[in-house]
Amino acid sequence: MQHHLILRVVTKLLCGAIILYAFYVQFHGDYSPGGGFQAGVIMAVAFIAYGVVFGLDAVQKVLPAWVVHKLAALGVLVYSMTGVVSLFLGYAFLDYGAFSPHHPSHGQHWGILAVELGVGITVTGVMVTIYYAFASRIPRITDEEW
Amino acid sequence: MSAVVEIASWAFILAGSFFSIVGAVGIVRFPDFWSRLHAASISESAGMILLIVGMCLQAGWTLVTVKLLIIGIFLFITGPTATHAVANAALTTGLRPKEAEGLVGAEPRSAKKS
Repeated sequence: MQHHLILRVVTKLLCGAIILYAFYVQFHGDYSPGGGFQAGVIMAVAFIAYGVVFGLDAVQKVLPAWVVHKLAALGVLVYSMTGVVSLFLGYAFLDYGAFSPHHPSHGQHWGILAVELGVGITVTGVMVTIYYAFASRIPRITDEEW
Repeated sequence: MSAVVEIASWAFILAGSFFSIVGAVGIVRFPDFWSRLHAASISESAGMILLIVGMCLQAGWTLVTVKLLIIGIFLFITGPTATHAVANAALTTGLRPKEAEGLVGAEPRSAKKS
């Protein structure tokens, strides 16, 4: 406990800020550099940093492994359902004009927002899944062994 | 007024570049891990702060200044933390400075345990 004191305090401070920044990159992605993939990676970094410092058990209390697997699939579902909805509205697959027929640019705005949300959710899920897969293979190092 | 700000901002930027170059030279030239870590932390604290203050003065009272200040605060917290983590890992795995090789009380922790 004493050994990683500075790392623990700094990680606690930064985790919330990293998640907030991930949301900024996610939803501000069409005006400034960023988008779904980058936001997903930044969001995953918050959880991975928490897991590296506090241990796998602590981070899996926040984000259990089964939730992460479902998130990775949910993002793809959001992405493809956006396309299917525009298909049912009588437009081509992923034609964002469908969401606001009188204002095609507004429709494109909403469509890109939905698609980017799907990409972000999937990337978060896959990144955290990869971390869990690697971290749960090795025997865990306790504080006493340092 | 603007000339004063311009001169000050370029002075800060040049000083920050100087510290960054000094840190890079130190990483290559210093003899062991601990002194190299010291050089690396110079370029990431002194160089970073001076460069960001210089860029803030260039940007004036805009949103860019606020973003630069936020970046500066985060780097100010994370840079020393990263240096601390690397140094701590090296200390616990038994690396000692060259000058402290025969020093009493500087033995690696694993040697004390056994």
